[in-house]
Amino acid sequence: MSILKKTLVSAALATAMLAQAASAQDVKIALVVKALGIGFFEAAAKGAEEAAAELGGVEIIYTGPTSTTAEGQIEVINALIAQGVNAIAISANDPDAVAPALKRAMDRGITVISWDSGVAKEGRQMHLNPSSSALIGNTIIKLAADHMPDGGDVAILSATSTSTNQNIWIDEATKVLPNYPGINLVATVYGDDLADKSYREAQGLMATYPDLKAIIAPTTVGILAASQAVTDAGKIGEINVTGLGLPSEMAGAVESGATISFAIWNPIDLGYAATMISYNLLKGNATAAPGASIPMGRIGAAVLDDNNEAAMSDPFTYDASNIEEFKSIF
Amino acid sequence: MTPPPRFIPDRLQSRAARALRSWETILVAVAIAIFITNSFMSPFFLNAWNLSDATFNFTEKAMIAFAMAMLIIAGEIDLSVASIIALASTAMGLAMQAGAGVPVLVLAGMGTGLICGAVNGFLVAGLGLPSIVVTIGTLSLFRGIAFIVLGDKAFTGYPPEFAFFGQGYVWWVFSFELVLFAVLAVIYWVLLHRTSFGRAVYAIGNNATAAQFSGIRVARVRFILFLMTGLMSGIAAVCLTSRLGSTRPSIATGWELEVVTMVVLGGVSILGGAGSIPGVVLAAFIMGMVTFGFGLLNVPGIVMSIFLGVLLISVIALPRLFRRG
Repeated sequence: MSILKKTLVSAALATAMLAQAASAQDVKIALVVKALGIGFFEAAAKGAEEAAAELGGVEIIYTGPTSTTAEGQIEVINALIAQGVNAIAISANDPDAVAPALKRAMDRGITVISWDSGVAKEGRQMHLNPSSSALIGNTIIKLAADHMPDGGDVAILSATSTSTNQNIWIDEATKVLPNYPGINLVATVYGDDLADKSYREAQGLMATYPDLKAIIAPTTVGILAASQAVTDAGKIGEINVTGLGLPSEMAGAVESGATISFAIWNPIDLGYAATMISYNLLKGNATAAPGASIPMGRIGAAVLDDNNEAAMSDPFTYDASNIEEFKSIF
Repeated sequence: MTPPPRFIPDRLQSRAARALRSWETILVAVAIAIFITNSFMSPFFLNAWNLSDATFNFTEKAMIAFAMAMLIIAGEIDLSVASIIALASTAMGLAMQAGAGVPVLVLAGMGTGLICGAVNGFLVAGLGLPSIVVTIGTLSLFRGIAFIVLGDKAFTGYPPEFAFFGQGYVWWVFSFELVLFAVLAVIYWVLLHRTSFGRAVYAIGNNATAAQFSGIRVARVRFILFLMTGLMSGIAAVCLTSRLGSTRPSIATGWELEVVTMVVLGGVSILGGAGSIPGVVLAAFIMGMVTFGFGLLNVPGIVMSIFLGVLLISVIALPRLFRRG
């Protein structure tokens, strides 16, 4: 039995070492993300830590499933309920599927808010949008239109067909399209937030629509893959890739010219704001009700609408003039 | 140089000695070790409600794993189970929109599972196509249909009584899903280990041709086994849809591999012919406890995957090392 024993002992040791990382503090706020290992969410975690340091006595539990599934997030939520965290701030993979689990969390006295990608109303106390969907929808079209004085064909490369926020933005973008005469949206394709699939979808767009002037990717994975596809196809200058991206990942594309400009809100601010709101709600400094104003530290205050939703700030445009400054931040 | 004379034991090992060296014993040891480690690692582990919550991590997958175990013992495999869940859940959503009550919803889910199982069974047992190829095909097909029906939409608004299957409790901390899991475990144990049908499954897995010549209706047994994985996927779909309270075409993505992992960890030979239901039950508990225990410590999911991978390989490798020694 020596091998079995050795395996078990080393497994126990490994678990023991991992356990040491967590230590008891007064307030535990869990930042649950769609999946671990995504730059955007790592940046949000940085912001959450910043808020925790400012508040003092707050432990941030940054966690999420390995792949972007609702079932994986529910397992994470169950584990968080079991260890009695004080608040859960979640960016959901599915607005409906995680709601029953989060409702149970609220029943057990846990403060639950959603941020970035929302949860159905009954599954959270409030939702923090990084910006307003209408503004984002308008921004992504404007970013493309600004560099197309004569108009032309544009296509959208999105995440998955079930991604809540991407679908809302595309919806809003379609609504404002008539304000940009000459801009012709020819297709919306889905790269599933996978680099290789997004790359192939971008190649497919270029092959199908030879007159394509811009690819709009409202996802950090998609915009990077599309700019790579455009670069590899030697179409820099012909096709402008724009949308929502991370400065650190997009710096190369902006330098090469595959992307003239792109936008994103500040994920650090988002994680910071979500933590501040969670803290203020669980401490009873504010209540989540329509019309309420919840302090978000250095960012200001979130004002809730009838759906208990609030917008943090406007999206911010990055281009050759400021990319150097931001690429080292996130 | 002459080879050493082959060792032929005078008699088989005693019942106790065989039990001690069996796969299930190793799994019990691993399960106990994980249980004890978890109890020491987190003060939240030994809590009836928390443990009850943790069972939701594996009950639905384990239901499918029972049927999958029998299928793999018979030398076949069904990789379309997660897609059957998606299609069955979509069918339930459509039934709900048509105003169906809870009994009809359950029947819609189970019925869709059976139909999908029949499609797989017909292609494998009827046409003689290899099951791995057929079910990789239906894996895309079934989920594809769910995506065509739903697109980026979701079915929500299931009747409140429907929530019982995935969120209800039969008694104290024993959820409906946990009780159903236990009942199904007993049924499958009887079916595999105490009936002639079960013996036929082993016979086919060891040598299908010999089984055929022994008078076992191989094609019929295979067809029934595919019906069973389909039905179990349908039942799992009822539970999962009820637990999530909604249907999306991406429901249960990637579960086929988790189910197969559970079956293999349970000691079922991937080549067919060997395995047991108690082994699968133990594997289900081990996987559930590892996921939950690591979750309590907020260990990133990728570390859990690595741990399960190492566990799987070491549990498979151990008996071979024993036999050599």
